[in-house]
Amino acid sequence: MPISAAILSLGLSVVLVLIGLWVGQNVNLLPIDASANAPVYDELFQVLFSIGTSLLLGIVGLLIYSLVRYRRVAGDTGDGLAIEGNLPLEIFWTAVPAIVVLFIGIYSYDIYERMGGMAPLNDHSVHAMHASADPSMAAGMAMEAGDGPAGPARVWAGISPTGAGTDAVKVDVTAMQFAFIFRYPESGIISGELHVPVGQAVALNMEAKDVIHAFWVPQFRLKQDVIPGQPTLLSFTATKEGRYPIICAELCGPYHGGMRSTVVVDDPETYSAWVTKNSPAPIPVSVSSANPVPLQS
Amino acid sequence: MTLTLSPPTASPEPQAPLQPQGWLRYLSFSVDHKVIGLQYLVCGFLFYFVGGALAGMIRTELLTPLSDFMPRETYNEVLTLHGTVMIFLWIVPVVNGAFGNYLIPFYVGARDMAFPRLNAVAFWLIPPAGLLLISSYFIGSASQSGWTAYPPLSLTTPATGQVIWILSVLLLGGSSIFGGINFIATILKLRRPGLKMLQLPMFCWALLGTSILVVLSTPVLAGTLVLLSFDIIAHTGFFNPALGGNAVVYQHLFWFYSHPAVYIMVLPAFGLVSEILPAHARKPLFGYITMVYSILAIVVLGLVVWAHHMFTSGTPPWMRLFFTIATSLIAVPTGIKFFNWLATLWGGKIALNSAMLFSCGFIFNFVFGGITGVALAQVPFDIHVHDTYFVVAHFHYIVYGGTVFVIFGSVYHWYPKFTGRLANETLGRLHFVLTFIGFNLCFAPQHWLGLNGMPRRVAEYDPQFTFVNQVSSVGALLMAISTLPFLINMVYSAFAGEKAGDNPWRALTPEWLTSSPPPVENWKGPAPLVTHPYGYGEVPQPQAVGASSP
Repeated sequence: MPISAAILSLGLSVVLVLIGLWVGQNVNLLPIDASANAPVYDELFQVLFSIGTSLLLGIVGLLIYSLVRYRRVAGDTGDGLAIEGNLPLEIFWTAVPAIVVLFIGIYSYDIYERMGGMAPLNDHSVHAMHASADPSMAAGMAMEAGDGPAGPARVWAGISPTGAGTDAVKVDVTAMQFAFIFRYPESGIISGELHVPVGQAVALNMEAKDVIHAFWVPQFRLKQDVIPGQPTLLSFTATKEGRYPIICAELCGPYHGGMRSTVVVDDPETYSAWVTKNSPAPIPVSVSSANPVPLQS
Repeated sequence: MTLTLSPPTASPEPQAPLQPQGWLRYLSFSVDHKVIGLQYLVCGFLFYFVGGALAGMIRTELLTPLSDFMPRETYNEVLTLHGTVMIFLWIVPVVNGAFGNYLIPFYVGARDMAFPRLNAVAFWLIPPAGLLLISSYFIGSASQSGWTAYPPLSLTTPATGQVIWILSVLLLGGSSIFGGINFIATILKLRRPGLKMLQLPMFCWALLGTSILVVLSTPVLAGTLVLLSFDIIAHTGFFNPALGGNAVVYQHLFWFYSHPAVYIMVLPAFGLVSEILPAHARKPLFGYITMVYSILAIVVLGLVVWAHHMFTSGTPPWMRLFFTIATSLIAVPTGIKFFNWLATLWGGKIALNSAMLFSCGFIFNFVFGGITGVALAQVPFDIHVHDTYFVVAHFHYIVYGGTVFVIFGSVYHWYPKFTGRLANETLGRLHFVLTFIGFNLCFAPQHWLGLNGMPRRVAEYDPQFTFVNQVSSVGALLMAISTLPFLINMVYSAFAGEKAGDNPWRALTPEWLTSSPPPVENWKGPAPLVTHPYGYGEVPQPQAVGASSP
């Protein structure tokens, strides 16, 4: 390759990388970030978006340039160059994607760890939490017992299962066709909406009654399937006050689209007031789905 | 290019005299691989229109945030049928069965597939299985649990539809396995003497890799679905947590087939593009050997990535990490293929005809889908967008933007071989422009929907997503309209198209070295020995001569 062509390619690559970086920094496709995990997620998103934009523009640029530059003139019946390959070039474009992918892998591992994904599940607090879970569901999972070192029964973990310390707000979540029900074991509140204080860890202990559901709050960048027979832990810390949707993300029947609830993030005082107001006589379960139908067996 | 004459490889057994002639052949139990290939193709297109109509129903329902176009149960039936029809009755049979059957015997220099009768059986399983599947809608209820049929949902939805769904997928899986065995035997054992594996056109390698995946993974799906049917019919508890079963085991078994199924749909398309690009760019396929190795690498890696569909299923952290790494690695051999295709175009003399346009559309769409695929492989990224419209957009970029674009490109490329006439280029280009714009308009906005909170498989959604959903539906409408010029073109050109001659593209692969359409048993004389199927540029005027004696 002549020197000038090499410099040109290098220059174009730098321009592509800069465009990618600019797009990653300035084009925001995500909803607001309202949990401690969300900014970490958005950082990963920006990096992937930058790399993806550079790659896409580069490849599409090459494609369009080739189509224009090397288009066949009418009546030309000749052939192109008889180039069957170029080993250094092929090694180059094996190595570059491999390095990019390796970088992405290591970086996303780092992100995963910062989100708490690698936290060991046999943490003491997990079992303490699980002990408070509804004992009736232990029967279905008796076969799974003994997997953990000392636990009475196995629990499953969403991403960041144990970020919550002992001061976490504990909530037992029941997912059923077609609603979420939230129980606060410390105060005895049963609610159809999830109320949490801003800035404090929340530890969810989730179970599904009938089919697989999923707990998703887009503004928290958090999703976890709730599978019958698999009590599942998930924790988060909300960072911005507001009302955010809780969405079931796993097809669970005809009213799947209506299986939504709300997480209300309040300042600690408003939250305490809500707890006090609702504690003595738990409010009846307010089912938030559009039109609940009787469960099928 | 080397062409030598040799005696016929297989002693040509006379064609059974009772085989019908003329168009009736296509409705018969023909054992001619070309007839079977076209049977697969036309049958696949019929089911494509069914699946497309179902997609139209979905996009109509999603024009408004309320569930107001059809009952919610029907919506779930429609989305289940759409997925099942498009995968099992359209893409897999067409990209493997149609083009594989038509081309592979030519490429290995054989007069038919290794097992012609098994081949016919494999095809004739498809129409009844497809009709069975669609009939379930009319005799009560079709399956409502999505094409993934996750228990316990699939155990609680109406049983008739679910059992019929299982039965038809079992039949289609059987057809697929028969085809896979046949391709492996044909490529390995029926090669013309003197023809080496590394002289085969790339489509042979792609189909060999695909068939290995089919034979290894489809039986797992079959076994899984049999167990699922026991759970439904006999109330066993394999996957039913209420009876001590495990619903996640089903997901592992299901995706052990269904992730390789993506490569079963995509690898043959890679092979077809590798045939189209050199012929219309007048250049050798760049990096033949690395193309072969990357196919083999995709086959091996494709078998060990399935759990990336299960990052939110309570999968242990070590497993999430392993499958993240394995999935990301697939980008490397895939990337090699795309760079090699770009290098094939570089310095060529490119004819921008319909076949080429669809192939280039494929490159754009697949690179887009591949990039979102690498992102989705990262656990922390996937946790947010899993089971949302982001994933819907991603896999449509792969299977529609990728494979279906290649199917259209291939139809234009081989239409002169099938019919002896050229397809109309103006209609073909119109078809491409409408499809390309419609497709991107339909699916690109869905990435945003997913990122911002719209889950997949819902009949109702947050009203803030109305406008973007309507844009997407307009795109779907354009895609539907785009099939009109295609259909008109196919029918019109078959009767009134310009005569193509035997080799209108002056291509060097063996199927062009015979008459168009080819005779029974492919060559009047002995099969030619084509050792340089991509030998463009070596001789100024490639000779389309050899064994074909008109």
